[in-house]
Order: sequence, then structure tokens, then C-alpha cells
Amino acid sequence: MERRTFLATAALATAAAGLSVPVAAQGKKAIIGVSIPSATHGFMGGLNWHAQETIKRLKATYPNLDFVLATAGAVGKQVNDIEDMMATRNIDALVVLPFESEPLTSPVKAVKEAGKWVTVVDRGLSQAGIEDLYVAGDNTAFGRVAGEYFKANLKSGQKIVVLRGIPTTLDNERVDAFKKAIDGSGIEILDMQHGNWNRDKAFSVMQDYLSKHKKIDAVWAADDDMAVGVLEAISQAGRQKEMWVVGGAGMKEIVKRIMDKDPQLPVDVTYPPALISTALEITALRFVSDTPVYGRFIIGSTLITPENAARFYFPNSPF
Amino acid sequence: MSDATLRPATGLHLPGLSALGPLLALILLVVLGAFLNDNFLSAGNVTNVLARSAFIGMIAVGMTFVITSGGLDLSVGSMAAFIAGVMILAMNALLPGMGVGVPLVLAGMAIALAVGLLAGLGNGLLVTKARIEPFIVTLGTMGIFRSLVTWLADGGTISLDFGVRQFYRPVYYSGLFGVAWPILVFAAVAIAGQVAMRHTRFGRYCEAIGSNDKVALYSAVNVDRIRLLTYVLLGLLVGLATIMYVPRLGSTSGSTGMLWELEAIAAVIIGGTALKGGYGRVWGTVVGVLILSLIDNILNLADLVSPYLNGAIQGVIIVLAVVLQRGKSAA
Repeated sequence: MERRTFLATAALATAAAGLSVPVAAQGKKAIIGVSIPSATHGFMGGLNWHAQETIKRLKATYPNLDFVLATAGAVGKQVNDIEDMMATRNIDALVVLPFESEPLTSPVKAVKEAGKWVTVVDRGLSQAGIEDLYVAGDNTAFGRVAGEYFKANLKSGQKIVVLRGIPTTLDNERVDAFKKAIDGSGIEILDMQHGNWNRDKAFSVMQDYLSKHKKIDAVWAADDDMAVGVLEAISQAGRQKEMWVVGGAGMKEIVKRIMDKDPQLPVDVTYPPALISTALEITALRFVSDTPVYGRFIIGSTLITPENAARFYFPNSPF
Repeated sequence: MSDATLRPATGLHLPGLSALGPLLALILLVVLGAFLNDNFLSAGNVTNVLARSAFIGMIAVGMTFVITSGGLDLSVGSMAAFIAGVMILAMNALLPGMGVGVPLVLAGMAIALAVGLLAGLGNGLLVTKARIEPFIVTLGTMGIFRSLVTWLADGGTISLDFGVRQFYRPVYYSGLFGVAWPILVFAAVAIAGQVAMRHTRFGRYCEAIGSNDKVALYSAVNVDRIRLLTYVLLGLLVGLATIMYVPRLGSTSGSTGMLWELEAIAAVIIGGTALKGGYGRVWGTVVGVLILSLIDNILNLADLVSPYLNGAIQGVIIVLAVVLQRGKSAA
């Protein structure tokens, strides 16, 4: 009850304040604030692109929805963005991909306490029960799916190397799940170093792996940006025939090579940047229908193979 | 400041023990590396490490002149990413007209150098004409270049056309007499830098301005022009580094060249150049760059510590290298 009246007054206030809005016709325009990290690397670039595309589509589909998009390059900036959205834009809902869990928890909680709808994307808050809707990829499945592929396609005693991301909980979850999945297969992990999800860093780490190890059967690059650096280092050493590489996320160039049956890149594991679209679409449903949308929506990580690659190929996305 | 500042190398002047500090650290690292892994001294690994050092190396040589004359440039990492972005986009755009070939690659190189020159000129003019602190100017341009490349890339990656890439690739991966091109170019830049610092008027003016710009001005040195030149030179060298960088992965993104500025500055200081200016040592900078690359390489080759601690090991070695050389002169 209380939220509904608040919503109505908020919407009225917006309609009255926004001079460009036809006041009579659009009495109930709901405003959805979207706060995401800025496009500092490939995955976030893709996520930003998908966010903008989805907002365009939703605005066209539902004339009574409006969106405020803010991208932040740092934690502090994201907190400011959210405060600004509350103070000046009168948002009815917040869709947020927290830059970091801890510092964003109390600002997002404040939004919730003001009676707004809160959708948290991908990185959970450090306190349970704040968000109405949680949409995320599955990091454990990301590691497990890759691990299962290695287990099924390598014999006992064969050797692999692993490149890890930036040291974070997310990276730990993936690596632990991977190790668990190959457990008991007899596959030997020769090395595990951080490539920081960065092409250049992955390139030099892989160069060093190649000088250190005479025989490598496969590489888990764990990220498509890192896979690009790894492949380049392998071809520099002229050892393309010796090993295959599995990346992760679903970058269009990599998906394309899987479609073309590149022997060096047999498969890829998804962690789609388009998960922001899922969050936006579901949140929009809350304001245009009576569909119940509270709860958790976990997007599975699946294996991209030459057979199904076309489904994961978005040639227009920057990622 | 040490005595060496007042008596720039005249004739046969052997560097003091303190000057040998970084060299000693480098030798220790090489011995340690060889001891830990048999492949450390293999031709392949040595080539990898030297070629990797080349980008930061060329930039650091330019940075030596900027720091020696009392300046600083924080924008070089973003500048490299930006130049790479413009260069790749320009080459892709010129491709239909020019076709894959030497002229296209030369055009790309010319564009990279031109953009580097203009970027350096911009930094230099803001420092000398607008009289803004170099720290602030280049902090600003650092953000500008970084945003511009992210914007050009639409948040993603700018990639060179595949055909051009295959043609341009040998510039990083092949070389002359078995020595890779980036290593040769880096060596040439380092030697030219050393000569310029020690044996030309430009180098002496840089040191004079860095130790006391008022005195330099009264001694009829055109302080602003020399300062401007150091930034332009650095911009050109960033352009040159980019020319060698682009053929490596054939792409650039918002995360290219991240923290290169700090690596370059660290290399300069490890090498014995005074952060406050007034004294520059180009060969020291080269040693500093090699030390930084070797630490990374050794940590990858030998499983000495948890990878979480790699940064700490780097930090300790950087501080130690500086302590080794300052120990004597401070007394």
C-alpha cells in the first residue's frame, strides 16, 4: 500500500516537474535507474553495449517507462551516481551492477529503504535480503563446465596450464570449481598464474609457460581476452599443433573461430555480458504487468561448440 | 645531490659504487634466474624478456629526459593506447585505397609518430606556456587519452584488419641476424639517448634546468624550449613504442598500456635518475627496465611464492635497488 502511494506521488511529481513530458497523457511514467561500471575492458564494453541496446528497445516497447543510465569508473563515482538518481531523478527502480560488494551495500540499502524496487546484477551485495531481484551469471558453473570439457577430452597424465583473472572471489569460485571438476582425472596442472583478464599480461605469462614447460597439452585461459594473448604467444613459439585453448565469456571473434571449426579453439564457455539485458527486461516487466518477478535468476554457463555457436554470435556488439 | 652531478663525466670517469647498484641488482637477478630455471638463459626466453621490455624501455628513455629537466609525464600509458587506436583505425580506413603493403604500414607508422608528436607537444605547451604543474597537466591528459581510446573502441577492442595484421606482424616477431626488431630499435634508442644525455648541449641543458631553472635561465638557456622539447621527444618515443606494439596483438582497448607510466617512472628512478631532476642516467634507465621485466619473468618461471604476492616481491626489489645506489651517496 505504502509503496504504491509513494510511487504514484513520485510519478506525479516527475510528470509535473518534467516539462517535456506530456503531463496529461503520461501520468504514470516509471523511471528505472541503471548504474553499471564503465567500459574499461572487453566484457564490460559488451555489457555497456547490451545495456544501451536493451534500454532503446524497452523505451520503444513501453512508452510509460523511462531509463536513467550512469556508468562509473570507480566505486566512489557509482555511489554518487546512485545518490544523484535518488535526489534528482526520482527513480522508481534501481538496476545496479555493484563495482564492489562492500562499499555499495549501504547506498543500495538506502534506495531500498526509500521504497524503491532494487535489482542487483552479477555481483551480490554483502548483506542478504536487500534486493527484490538478483540476476547473475554462474561462476561455479563457468569453472565446472570448462573442467568437465578438459576431463572428457584429455587422458590421465596429460598436462595443462591455467591463466587466472584478477585476484577476486569471483576468480576463486571459478578456479575451485574447475579444479573440482577435473579432480580424479589424472590431468596435471603444471602452472597457475594471474593474467588479470588482460591480453598483454596473458601474452607474457603464456610466453613464460612455453619456455618453462616442454610439453603442454591444453590451456584453460578462462577468458576470451586472455585467450587472444595466449594464442599469439603459442603461434610465436610455433607450437600451435601441440595444444588447444579454452577461453571464456563469448567474445564475438572467438565465437566466430569456433563456428569456423578452428582446431586450436574447440569450445568456449559462456558468461554472457548480455546478462544486463535479462535484468532490465525482467525489471521492466514489474512496471508494465502483474508478472511476479521477485527472486533470483541465475543464468547458466553453457558450452559453445561449433554446432551451436551461431546462437551466441553477435556481430554488432563491440565484444 | 652527489658529486657526480657537479662533475659530469669527463674523460675516463668510472662510475662509483653507488652508480653500480642497479647493475649489481640486475646481475643478481640474472644469476638467480639461471639458478632457478634451466630455460632462463635460453635464446627464446632472453628474446621474450628483451622484446617485452622494449615498449616500456623506449618510453622510459624519453621519460629520463623529462624527469631530468624537472618534469613528469603521467600520460604516456594512455597516450600509447590512444596512438595505437588512432593508428589502427587509420590503417583500416586507408586499406581499401592503398591495399596491403609497405606503403600502408609506413603510413600507419607516420600517423603514429605524428599523433605522438602532437600529444607530446600538447603536454609540453600546457606545461611551458600555460605554466601548469606537469603532474596536473599530464594527470589531465592521462584521463583524456584513456577516455578517447575507450570511446573510439566503443568500450570494446579496436582490431587491425586481419590481412594487414599478417603483413605487419614480422615487425614485432622477426628481426635482423636473429635479434628481434623491438630489441634492435630499443637498443638504438637507448644508445642515442645515452649520447644525447652525456655528449650534447641538449642533455646538459636538461640537467641544468632540472637542478636550478633560474640559474639556467640567467645562463641564457632557453628553458621553455628545452622543456617543451623533452615532452615532444617523449611523445615521439611513445609513438615509436606503439609502432612496435601494434603488430604484437594487432589490437588495442581501454586497458592497453595501463600503468605503463608508473613502470616507466619506476625504471627511471631505479636507474639512478633523480626524481627531483638535475641528474639523468640513460643507461641506468635501461637497467631499471630490464630489472622490472626480469622480476616478472622469474616469478613466472619459478614457483617461488604464491602469485598473490608477486606485487610485493616487485615492490621489495624496486626499493632495494634504489637503496643499493643511494646508500653511498647519502652518507
